[in-house]
Amino acid sequence: MSLVLATIKRDLLLAARNKGEWLNPLMFFLMVAALFPLAVDPDPKFLSKIAGGVIWVAALLATLLSLDALYKADVEDGSLEQWLASGESLYAMTLGKALVHWCISGLPLTLMAPVLGLMLNLPSEAYVAMLASLLLGTPILSLLGSVGAALTASVRSGGLLLGLIILPLYIPVLIFAASLVYNASIGLAYNAQLGFLGAMLALALCLTPFAAQAALKLNLSR
Amino acid sequence: MTQSFPSCSVALEAQDLYCVRDDRVLFQGLSLLVQNGDLIQLAGPNGAGKTTLLRLLAGLNRDYDGKLLWQGQDLYDDFASYASARLYQGHLAAVKKALTPIENLRWLCSSWSVAEEALWQALDEVELGGYEETPCRQLSAGQTRRVALARLCVAPTPLWILDEPFTALDKAGVAWLEGRLQQQVRSGGAVLITSHHALEGIGNLQHLELGGQGGSV
Repeated sequence: MSLVLATIKRDLLLAARNKGEWLNPLMFFLMVAALFPLAVDPDPKFLSKIAGGVIWVAALLATLLSLDALYKADVEDGSLEQWLASGESLYAMTLGKALVHWCISGLPLTLMAPVLGLMLNLPSEAYVAMLASLLLGTPILSLLGSVGAALTASVRSGGLLLGLIILPLYIPVLIFAASLVYNASIGLAYNAQLGFLGAMLALALCLTPFAAQAALKLNLSR
Repeated sequence: MTQSFPSCSVALEAQDLYCVRDDRVLFQGLSLLVQNGDLIQLAGPNGAGKTTLLRLLAGLNRDYDGKLLWQGQDLYDDFASYASARLYQGHLAAVKKALTPIENLRWLCSSWSVAEEALWQALDEVELGGYEETPCRQLSAGQTRRVALARLCVAPTPLWILDEPFTALDKAGVAWLEGRLQQQVRSGGAVLITSHHALEGIGNLQHLELGGQGGSV
């Protein structure tokens, strides 16, 4: 367990040193939302209708941008070898890595989302729903993404492959989360979507570490 | 730091090991016993399977036939106890370039509870004193290697498995590492090592020749 905690600490320290790693996806998130009204239609009514969807698509793509590096450096510099050699639970290790990824990707996206809501004229009654959807949804993106990142960790330019593997798994999250925000913005109940997102998060928390752990072992069985 | 290990703590045994990579038999019928006080150097030409054998013995790869025993039990029956008794250092240093030597060493030693001063002392001993707070990307290859090897000063593990640890070290570094190996073997630990470096004169050195037919110790 001590190695897991040390790894979480080390990865957060690394994120603090290499700020570009997590600031770039955040900038991307902001830019997509800023360009949308210019390219499509600046009409506030139209924007408030698509705001939830745009925010969620941008958040999903921004997460995808930051996933590629999740395990790659650890495979290349031998850290992964040391984890396997340590005999500590890989389940906890992959969960820890996904947690760190969420802290530097999902959490900043969630915190920045209200600004995007303002830019896209999101109705004020939908802000709570949007934050709830992001708080429940972005951890799912990190957890599912960690499986794809683990599978492509030793592929040289695995970015595209990672997208192909992960995007189909992201679609249900996108559908429920975007419809949650839309329902809230037109004053409908959104308990069902919230429940689905919660269930998906619980499932992802339990199951994805198994898949990521198996994928990481594949990378090292040479 | 000196410590001595109880005389029955190391017992790593390989029985009738058979391993194929890319349709090539690397070794067959290979038997090996590592006990306290042993220093075993794997020798053989490039591609003979030295690293593969070390990875099998370290428990990083399960793609083999035969038996691997730790203290009489299958290696994977209680992998955690085996893992806590051996140190594995491969070709890769597991050193992050954006972090300083002391931060890297803290992570590398996090499985063992090592006091903070001992870590600083270890860096001093590998002649990285003064570089503790310099990001590793500014260090040379040999110095980066020393960061990883500083673990050897504080490792409480009786068994060391080292894959080409002399790579990139200068003369002083080589002498230091030879001293560490000697100390480890004298205090009752065991070392399995691959190196093209001559290790004669350290403890009772044994050679295991790989390549072609496989051998036994």
